Amino acid sequence: MNSWETLYKNKLMLTGSGIVLLIFIISVLAPWLAPYDPGQIDLKNVLASPSMKHLFGTDPLGRDVLSRMIWGARISLLVGFVATGIAIIIGAILGAVSGYYGGWIDSVIMRFVDIMLCFPTFFLILAVIAFLEPSIWNIMIIIGLTGWMGVTRLVRADFISLRERDFVHAAKAIGAGDLRIIFLHILPNSMASILVAATLGIAGAILTESALSFLGIGVQPPTPSWGNILTAGKDNIDIAWWLSLYPGVAILITVVGYNLLGEGIRDLLDPRLKK
Amino acid sequence: MIPLLLGITIICFFVMHLAPGSPTDLQTEMNPKASAEMKERLRTLYELDKPIHVQYWSWLKKISHGDLGTSFSTDHRPVAAKIMERLPITILINLLSLLIIVAVAVPIGVLSAVHKDSLFDKVTAVLVFIGFAVPTFWLALLLMIFFGIHLGWLPISGLRSMNYEYLGASDRLIDLAKHLILPVFVSAFGGLAGLSRYMRANMLEVIQQDYIMTARAKGLSERDVIYKHALRNALLPAITILGLSIPGLIGGSVIFETIFAIPGMGQLFYMSVMARDYPTIMGILLIGAILTLAGNLIADVSYALADPRIRIS
Repeated sequence: MNSWETLYKNKLMLTGSGIVLLIFIISVLAPWLAPYDPGQIDLKNVLASPSMKHLFGTDPLGRDVLSRMIWGARISLLVGFVATGIAIIIGAILGAVSGYYGGWIDSVIMRFVDIMLCFPTFFLILAVIAFLEPSIWNIMIIIGLTGWMGVTRLVRADFISLRERDFVHAAKAIGAGDLRIIFLHILPNSMASILVAATLGIAGAILTESALSFLGIGVQPPTPSWGNILTAGKDNIDIAWWLSLYPGVAILITVVGYNLLGEGIRDLLDPRLKK
Repeated sequence: MIPLLLGITIICFFVMHLAPGSPTDLQTEMNPKASAEMKERLRTLYELDKPIHVQYWSWLKKISHGDLGTSFSTDHRPVAAKIMERLPITILINLLSLLIIVAVAVPIGVLSAVHKDSLFDKVTAVLVFIGFAVPTFWLALLLMIFFGIHLGWLPISGLRSMNYEYLGASDRLIDLAKHLILPVFVSAFGGLAGLSRYMRANMLEVIQQDYIMTARAKGLSERDVIYKHALRNALLPAITILGLSIPGLIGGSVIFETIFAIPGMGQLFYMSVMARDYPTIMGILLIGAILTLAGNLIADVSYALADPRIRIS
């Protein structure tokens, strides 16, 4: 890789971190940044097109779309982080156990991963969410519970290549228990893969949440989320394009940001994966 | 295969039945005349009063006779019939989008690998990156607004126009095609980015192999080297990727069939989930899993057919 390419790659990663940071700041400062109360209904100003007063227009209840999007950023990040956190914890533990012990434990876990992978996950999420009350907590949990397979495979692969290394034998020789070896000696070496998987996972979770909210089984109104503003966009597709356009752009930018950051981290931390 | 299917159905069945809320709630809640006794009778009728493993066992026994049960919804039709009338359109759309994915993504991947760092490569890299991040349902909305409402070129919902009955055979086909353009494009879009990027990486790897150098050294034209020697080897792993993309496609059909109001399996699934219609949900999950496994099997078989090394060993 020549220096030009390094710079170019870093530029992309910088852009990614910039976007991630920006969305983070927006969601933290939502109460001060939003020009209006996101729940403030104004029936005299229903479906107003974008103007200086309402930069991104208003929704069918006259609420300011920009304000709802700013508050929606909070929801997206929250879902993204918690769901990915759940997926990473499950994936790391299962992958570690599977790779470290091997044998029948490994076969059972990997079979389970195969089952989950060859399943139309979105069907499963949809079924479960609809049976539980759709709420922000439930979708975080279910997105997490259906998203750990990739992490399991990555961590397992790391463990298989690491478990016969000298430092593991050394730890065993001084009498360290299995748990200690797994979590304190080997797992830290797996952090690069986990961090990359987490960053890319957040992007995926944000996409899934928006799709669920769009279908009406994710974040429930009146809580604003990018997905459920788009639902209003679909219902008013022939008269209010702004409801369909802006929240989607927000999702797109956020997901691009996390993907750029994730790939940047991968290039930085793991020279083997450099192409 | 069979253990995999069993595993999938067990997970679904238990998750669904352990979740709070019962299908009898929906049927009795709206009806003030429904007594507790009537609720109980409904539960007995649907066998919901039995322990969950007994329910699963009786479901499994019925399945082995090819009986998917009767829908809980008001039409009380057999689940198999309900699914069968909706399955063809879903399969048609998914096959069409697989075809488009291959037809578009493979050339893009190959060209951007062969002309690495060219303008084409850079532009497609950006497009691919955006493709990964676009929510498909949002893309569907934008396309509906632009082509359906703004330009008025394409219909935005359903499969048939109002005047379908009065059209001749060829006009009917055109009408159907017009209705399918947007859904097929939207459902193909997600897979495009993945496969083209994968093809590019494969091709780059293959081009560096010794046998490509041999091909060049013996004086083959660049065309022959790329399209006869390199392409075939780069295509192989892509078959597996296509097989793996099937769950995503089928899962995606819930979204685009709901958006475009297409009477397919995805839309039926959405409606059944909303109505807590257990038998129909289980039926569709089962069919979805079978389709996915069949897709993977076909991918494995064609991999073996395409790769002599696997065929012989």
